[in-house]
Amino acid sequence: MTRGALRLVAVLALAALLLALPLLAEKYYVQFATKILIMAIFAMSLDLLVGYAGLVSLGHAAFYGLGAYALALLSPQYAGANLWTSLPLAVGVAAAAALAIGSLALRTSGVYFIMVTLAFAQMLYFVFHDTKFAGGSDGMYIYVRPVAAILGWQPFSLEDIRHFYYATLALAAGTFVALAVLLRSPFGKVISGIRVNEHRMRSLGYATFRYKLVCFAIAGGLAGLAGYLAAAQHGNVNPDMMGWHLSGGGLMMVILGGMGTLTGPVVGAVAMLALEVAFQGVTKHWQLLMGGFIVLVALFLPRGLIGLAAAARRRREPGP
Amino acid sequence: MTRRHDGARRVSEVVLETAGLSRRFGGLAAVDGVSIRCRHGEVHAVIGPNGAGKSTLINLLSGDLRPSQGTVTLFGRDVTGLSSDAISRLGVGRSYQKTNVFLPFTVFENCRLAAQARMGSSMRFVRPAHAYREVAEAARRAIDAVGLGARADTPVAALSHGEQRQVEIAMTLATNPRVLLLDEPLAGTGAEEARAIVALVAQLARDHAILLVEHDMDAVFAVANVLTVMTNGAVLASGTPAAIRGNRAVQEAYLGTDEPGAA
Repeated sequence: MTRGALRLVAVLALAALLLALPLLAEKYYVQFATKILIMAIFAMSLDLLVGYAGLVSLGHAAFYGLGAYALALLSPQYAGANLWTSLPLAVGVAAAAALAIGSLALRTSGVYFIMVTLAFAQMLYFVFHDTKFAGGSDGMYIYVRPVAAILGWQPFSLEDIRHFYYATLALAAGTFVALAVLLRSPFGKVISGIRVNEHRMRSLGYATFRYKLVCFAIAGGLAGLAGYLAAAQHGNVNPDMMGWHLSGGGLMMVILGGMGTLTGPVVGAVAMLALEVAFQGVTKHWQLLMGGFIVLVALFLPRGLIGLAAAARRRREPGP
Repeated sequence: MTRRHDGARRVSEVVLETAGLSRRFGGLAAVDGVSIRCRHGEVHAVIGPNGAGKSTLINLLSGDLRPSQGTVTLFGRDVTGLSSDAISRLGVGRSYQKTNVFLPFTVFENCRLAAQARMGSSMRFVRPAHAYREVAEAARRAIDAVGLGARADTPVAALSHGEQRQVEIAMTLATNPRVLLLDEPLAGTGAEEARAIVALVAQLARDHAILLVEHDMDAVFAVANVLTVMTNGAVLASGTPAAIRGNRAVQEAYLGTDEPGAA
């Protein structure tokens, strides 16, 4: 079999597995898989910044949290928000916030950019933590999940965990495909050029700031999508959803899986969440094990877990 | 517009002009009151010892640096203080003395990215970049112009230093500039590559304005129509190659006793 055919078979097998999962697995695992898919969206959106545009943001959770709070604030107390209006609104709010924050943060670069994105995210965190309009430090509850009603007709119900899983799967797959298309487009080539050599991009005539800003807004909007889904799944939101813990966790997923690829962050999200559960079963000091694992990957797999597959492929077919 | 006759060839208007251009770094005047003109169809070479301010001058013209004083006029328009990307879009292409490319990308992608900078906005998110035929063709033309056609699909990091210098020039050409600012294009090239680049510069001079900074005096005297000699940031002398060769101050300050370009 050629490599292309092999890949097609692998992709089809994976798709079949993902589609069949709710029919085979118990409720708990379906919810766990949904959580992984949500984190995969978050990690992919962050990798667009870190791995492709070379913008290491330590405040990406801010947009995740804003997407989550947007759903909470848009939901009537004892009814579900309309999915078709609240979802685009949440994504739009997160993207708009990213546009505003990015327009200031992107005037810095390198370690200053890391600090400024962290500072903005912490500012938002404290706005939600210390004021009462969105429940303060306790956050808010979403008693009813968004309703997918179109003129009274309801094609699916997010209250059903299988339906919720399929909706999340579709959105995660859509994010993957949209980013793959984006990265091959002229815009995608520009942001990759900016990562490699921004100075030369400017001297070639690219107003690089604008491209970075749009990239930042797209990434923020997609993080908002992930936050929206997380809020809908868990039924509550709280300021920790925009905290630096999550921003750092996102970075770990990207680096663990392999940055600068689209499969990397997905693999990273699976690995992080699965290992968390596995290590928790071993010891209550599971974070020590997780830390050790991340150190090992950073030391021996500089290209992340995805680099492992590439290395194995090279070993199988000796290069030219 | 200044028009004059220079031998048989009519030299057309001034496209790039500076007046009293200066740039200070702290107390040091790296470029000090420089006024020069570049005309369409002409190679204007700037020579001078290391530290004379030649690269700083190019950086001021390309917008990489902002002048402390003086003006830059491009196509009759004041462009003083514009950013490098704005100046590039107005039709100025520059190459760098220290190779400044996209090392992980192929030769083709380097030049394609350069050509793409001229398709208006790159805020295009759906159609694949390689599907824009005009951009790909402009990239191919630039690669062929420097003779790197056989290496188009090689990552630039895998090329020899001399080949990387050619990529540097090809990228500049791919942006389809009307004014070329070439900062030591021959630095680090072998004899064969250097000859090719000199021939290319001579050919490009027909329909570009070229400002050339170069240390290789044989090359400079082979292609330049006008020479400006800089020392300590200021212009020491300016004129035709013959006039500069005969200029006593230049000989003492820079060219030494050997007659330049005689080899």
